[in-house]
Amino acid sequence: MTSAPTYNFAYLDEQTKRMIRRALLKAVAIPGYQVPFASREMPMPFGWGTGGVQVTASVLGKDDVLKVIDQGADDTTNAVSIRRFFEKTAGVETTTRTQDATVIQTRHRIPETKLSDGQILVYQVPIPEPLRFLEPREVETRRLHALEDYGLMHVKLYEDIACHGHIATTYAYPVKVDGRYVMDPSPTPKFDNPKMDNCAALQLFGAGREKRIYALPPYTRVVSLDFEDHPFEPTRFTDKCSICGAEDSYLDEVITDDHGGRMFVCSDTDYCERRLGEQTSEAAQ
Amino acid sequence: MNGTGSIDERPLLVAESVSKYYGARVGCRDVSLDIHEGEVVAVVGESGSGKSTLLSVLSTQLPPTAGCVTYRMRDGVARDLFTLGEAERRFLLRTDWGFVHQDARLGLRMGVSAGGNVGERLMAVGWRNYAAIRSEAEQWLGRVEIDNDRIDDKPTAFSGGMRQRLQIAKNMVTRPRLVFMDEPTGGLDVSVQARLLDLIRSFVSTYGLAAIIVTHDLAVARLLSHRTIVMRHGSVIETGLTDQVLDDPREPYTQLLVSSILQG
Amino acid sequence: MYVAVKGGEKAIEAAHELLARRRRGDPDVPELTIRQISEQLALGVARVMSEGSLYDPELAALAIKQARGDMIEAIFLLRAFRTTLPRFGYSLPFDTNDMAIERRVSATFKDLPGGQVLGPTFDYTHRLLDPSLAGDGHDDGAEAALAANSPPPASFGVPDEVTPHVTKLLDGQGLIEGNPATAENGIVGDLTREPLEFPAERDTRLQALARGDEGFLLALGYSTQRGFGRTHPFAGEIRMGQVDVFFEPEELGFEVPLGTVTMTECEMVNQFKGSAEAPPQFTRGYGLAFGHAERKAMSMALVDRSLRARELGEDVKAPAQDEEFVLSHADNVQATGFVEHLKLPHYVDFQAELTLVRQMREEWTATSEAVRKETGSRSENSEAAE
Repeated sequence: MTSAPTYNFAYLDEQTKRMIRRALLKAVAIPGYQVPFASREMPMPFGWGTGGVQVTASVLGKDDVLKVIDQGADDTTNAVSIRRFFEKTAGVETTTRTQDATVIQTRHRIPETKLSDGQILVYQVPIPEPLRFLEPREVETRRLHALEDYGLMHVKLYEDIACHGHIATTYAYPVKVDGRYVMDPSPTPKFDNPKMDNCAALQLFGAGREKRIYALPPYTRVVSLDFEDHPFEPTRFTDKCSICGAEDSYLDEVITDDHGGRMFVCSDTDYCERRLGEQTSEAAQ
Repeated sequence: MNGTGSIDERPLLVAESVSKYYGARVGCRDVSLDIHEGEVVAVVGESGSGKSTLLSVLSTQLPPTAGCVTYRMRDGVARDLFTLGEAERRFLLRTDWGFVHQDARLGLRMGVSAGGNVGERLMAVGWRNYAAIRSEAEQWLGRVEIDNDRIDDKPTAFSGGMRQRLQIAKNMVTRPRLVFMDEPTGGLDVSVQARLLDLIRSFVSTYGLAAIIVTHDLAVARLLSHRTIVMRHGSVIETGLTDQVLDDPREPYTQLLVSSILQG
Repeated sequence: MYVAVKGGEKAIEAAHELLARRRRGDPDVPELTIRQISEQLALGVARVMSEGSLYDPELAALAIKQARGDMIEAIFLLRAFRTTLPRFGYSLPFDTNDMAIERRVSATFKDLPGGQVLGPTFDYTHRLLDPSLAGDGHDDGAEAALAANSPPPASFGVPDEVTPHVTKLLDGQGLIEGNPATAENGIVGDLTREPLEFPAERDTRLQALARGDEGFLLALGYSTQRGFGRTHPFAGEIRMGQVDVFFEPEELGFEVPLGTVTMTECEMVNQFKGSAEAPPQFTRGYGLAFGHAERKAMSMALVDRSLRARELGEDVKAPAQDEEFVLSHADNVQATGFVEHLKLPHYVDFQAELTLVRQMREEWTATSEAVRKETGSRSENSEAAE
């Protein structure tokens, strides 16, 4: 029986990392375009972040500081699991503080704290194709992207307005990148869409199961699709965070009893803690 | 119509010696025809005559085995259709051309509302104002005699005749100059057919539409077309002004066709 | 005051510990050994090797033990391990003509060179639960059989007789389409290196099917027999046995044997078709699996033939003929990953939906109240008018 294998830095072998980096370079060169790549089987299941993990593993260096979040929180089980994976296979420093991280892997949220030059945000993507649920065939969606034929996307938005009075997409809200490709931002709530536009950080998107990589280079124009007379509106909360009082962050609803009692707290746990910390130290002064 | 308002007399579409073979089997053989703005040409024949194959080649959905098809684009330049890139051909099919299928389900998105169907071409060419799209859709639905309160219904809830009229509206929204029709009245009741034919006829005269209509029904040819082409076993056996071909057919096969409708 | 939920790390550690205990089960019961699994659950091991894409019965047995008998979990373990292995290159294609045959049957001819060799098969057993197998140490049935028959039945096989493939016999008479010629550069697609793209060629299709879920392919193959894309299949050849694997290192320039593997192969003989260029011939479907795995090899051959609809000029109407549908959903590691990922938190997106639904409900209530008021006042007015 073969002995237990020893792993390369960040698990993937160098050949594989090179292959993924080539795909990343292509993706950065064509913002919003889905580059096929030979996704590897990883020690976590497809659908649980293997795309994000492969991208992170390919860009991580020993001096990097890694933050991993899921639903905006560092302590959700899958974020914990992925962070430990990199602690074990790369030995890099990890953090929960957004400002201190150089690489942030995320599932379904963009951090509230504004990102800066030199940071990389790696998104976990389940279904990279924004047209997938309108047109299930890959051969056809590839053609639509190549011909910049996005009428179908607007038909969907039209139908929403005709049926509901407004666009009914609340997450994975499609965007037009650099005036050319329509892209799925991953299942982040539409509340986060504006953060992608003209962002100082490099944004990389990995879909392991569907085997696609795409990217937004820093300071890329990202516009949410809409109609002139039904413009894109990010979600607004009427409540504020019960812990730190924030009015501008995405809030999670927490059910407190079975009589309909509920409260709202920041989804971004680091942002909430930092605000609370600032308030506490201000109060102390 | 060109920009100055007078009709350009050069042909719009010209097919020269078009042949299409499926292996050894003949689809159509050595067909030449031309069509001008505002002109309706009917291609008649029984099933297996090659008329549907011809339509598929003329509308670039099938490449010919031999021959060529040229089309005068909106800028006045005649282009060989099979040298166009796919993007250009798709654009043509969606703006300057229309295609009405015998089975409306091929020409419509059955899961999308009538308004969405009519608006799709507009959205594909960059219309971004919901109210404007909806208003234009309402107008076209009105012109094809579909009640505006059906604008949000899906075509699954429409009758056969309504679906065909919806297909027409969907095509007309970009003011195409040429419309291909494949047995547009197939499967419809006689009274419904008559209404549809009237509509097509009025559109032809109001909008200066050119049309190539494939049909096995000589009455459709008689009612709609200026010229008729008769096909049999893949070849054109007779062609001329519709009235002449139907009233005074020269070929025995055409005579047979004509006489059979009188008896039927 | 509400305190944000913490403790994910501790929870995970505890969960893993509990899992290890459950895996072991009652400590008074002897622990499973890898050899017990590879010897006595060989067919399960075969499946894990095929779908895990790694021929190593011991590792597959280990994966089954670690996965507590969940086959897809075991397949996943093997695949993940496979990713870490260095690659030396590709073996030479082996010729199943050279197989040391343990089992060989053909439904197309009563008798043929090489004969019909039943081998170790369930086929003609009566499916009656055998209580004699419930004993803990001694398998009375097998011991009695061994005592009664000597030499053991395996030697009834005919490894020395020439056993050409049925398809080769038919091919000799021009009755069956030839196998497509290998590309000149000899390059075959490799899904573990390049992502699957559509339309796919037959080499990548076969590879995807070989690693594909047995249940999925079984259902699809079954559907073709019931009319969803009928291909009139006959089992021309099913053979199972040992084949040598050879590798040619560049530095040596000659073949080196790496070892022996057990393989199951199925060739289906399907609906004939002719064309303008050639007279009617039977068409082929092909299936191949590690270990003893007839159901997989047969299902794969049925689906392979179905997916050739496009290149054989047949109408693509049935699910088993739909290349994108079949190949996109055949990989059970991908499938289970995505299905089970629904267990991950999705509360952020759910929150977004909740907000919208609540808003729409408010609007709906407001609209219908307005309508009711309007119709109420209208009927009041009309009543007043009357």
